[in-house]
Amino acid sequence: MTARETEFKDYLQGGGQVETGDWMPDEYRARLVKFIEMHGNSELMGVLPEREWILRAPTLQRKLALTAKVQDEVGHAQLIYRVVEDLGKPREQCLDDLISGVSKFHNVFHYPTKTWGDVGVIAWLVDAAAIISQKALLKCSYAPYARIMKKICWEESFHILHGRDVVLTLVNGTDEQRGLVQEAINRWWGPLMQFHGNPIAAESDPMVEWRIKSQANEDARQQFLDGYVPQIWELGLSVPDPALRKDEETGVWHYSEPDWDELKHVVTGHGPKSQERLDFRRRFRDQEAWVRQAVLTEAA
Amino acid sequence: MIYEVFRQERKGQAFQHAGSITAPNDAFAEAYAREQYGRRQESEALWLVARTALREIHDFPDELQKSYHRVDGYSLKAKLKEARERAGTTAPADR
Amino acid sequence: MRERAQRLLQIADDELVLGWRDSEWTGIAPFLEEDVALSSIAQNEIGHARALYELAARDLGTTADELAFDRAPEEYRCAPFVEVRLMAWADTIARRVLYEAADAIRLDMLKADPDPELAGLAAKMDREEVYHRLHAEMWADRLREEPRFRTAVNALWGQALGVLDAELAAVLAERMPEQLGWTPAAAVPAARDGHSDGFRELWDDMTMVRRSIPGASW
Repeated sequence: MTARETEFKDYLQGGGQVETGDWMPDEYRARLVKFIEMHGNSELMGVLPEREWILRAPTLQRKLALTAKVQDEVGHAQLIYRVVEDLGKPREQCLDDLISGVSKFHNVFHYPTKTWGDVGVIAWLVDAAAIISQKALLKCSYAPYARIMKKICWEESFHILHGRDVVLTLVNGTDEQRGLVQEAINRWWGPLMQFHGNPIAAESDPMVEWRIKSQANEDARQQFLDGYVPQIWELGLSVPDPALRKDEETGVWHYSEPDWDELKHVVTGHGPKSQERLDFRRRFRDQEAWVRQAVLTEAA
Repeated sequence: MIYEVFRQERKGQAFQHAGSITAPNDAFAEAYAREQYGRRQESEALWLVARTALREIHDFPDELQKSYHRVDGYSLKAKLKEARERAGTTAPADR
Repeated sequence: MRERAQRLLQIADDELVLGWRDSEWTGIAPFLEEDVALSSIAQNEIGHARALYELAARDLGTTADELAFDRAPEEYRCAPFVEVRLMAWADTIARRVLYEAADAIRLDMLKADPDPELAGLAAKMDREEVYHRLHAEMWADRLREEPRFRTAVNALWGQALGVLDAELAAVLAERMPEQLGWTPAAAVPAARDGHSDGFRELWDDMTMVRRSIPGASW
């Protein structure tokens, strides 16, 4: 690292913030783009599993709430890709890389949704896992990203409530409805435990060194378990991990080792729904390329 | 085109930069800004400006001792002590 | 009472089904800002449907959700125009433009209705529709010279006219050229009665979860 880069890193570690036009080391910029782009990709891909249930929502209220939730996610993608674009990578290039598999999106969005139970469990637990990471990003050294995280976190707060409302209604309903929730938890638990990534000590994580991330992966997972396992158990529902327990002395949750191979396999585009969803995106993107040409290129 | 969006959260507050959107012209920009920053009635008002119309200034030279027009340019402790001694008075807190 | 309910159901079904169709674009609109904007329009339509169903529900002694979801396909009173799946952007945007023009005329009539509840609700819906019309206008303006758009408008024009009764359809026919900036090819107004081929599939999907456990709360 050059002297200027070292000085920059010290500045960040002292709490310094960076704006779009500031000088920044190539490595910092590259890491930012990759990280933020993956976030944008995830918001955009996360829409697809939920989209089908908008059409099948069983009440007008649920239909409106789910449409609004998904709308928020598209809105988040817009905010996020704008930040990436200002860092030097155009939106169209991000979308090209997403569709071709060059760039990635979070594991949870590579899996199928099978029932209305999934709708509740995703909005409640998957969004909860995501919000924990997102709250930590409020302290990102790159200020434009930290600022959009405020709006994102604010909007996500309704998503969890909506999810919880759906789940509680099901849990208070028929045995079959309760069954939908339990079955969904059983299927989503594995991906949820993988969501925050392999434990890497904060001291060894370059993303923390550059103050892009401020929370270690394992801390995020512990926060998730601490917040949400009690909420699951209090409804009389179970978590499909016999080893899951909290050590009351240390406050640490113990659990079965997540399948890190599965995580790697899935995020590299081999999940059950990865290709189908990317193909779906590609199809509409290609089909409507003329619209972007007609509307977004300079005025006739 | 990129439009910058400024929003006022409540009447009386300053407009703050909220983000930016891509739109081909003012009509589209208004529609999109309204939805991105106001669909929950979370903004009192929005300002929209084409990014090309914004001018940015970063650089404010302070080379030659301009503390004369700042509060930190005025240290009155010593002079006040001398004036009180001359007048035989004490600091207000002592009486 | 039942007559009012039937009128309400016709408009409510139009709004519900069009909102349902428009919401099919969630996540896959041509670009992100438009995706967000169209989603709000779809939500408003469903919200209007809900308000209309609620009024009709009081007349009929039922609930809005039961009206929206629990009728047999033949009992829905939506126009074929709103039922068709249109997953090419030119077609969807053409439908938006035409529907808003037709709906504006229908709402104007409702706002002047002697029934204060109907008139009041129409006024509220209209205040949201102002933004739908601005959206339609900005697109019609931008795509004025685009052949795909013109083709789509021409193809849908007869069905759009068919949304309204003969008297109001004449008003639409008169106003549309000015709104578009060009005159759509002459077309015979389509009949409102009956459903398009795709409606049964739409109904199946829309009611699938609800029918899976009849009588349950969701």
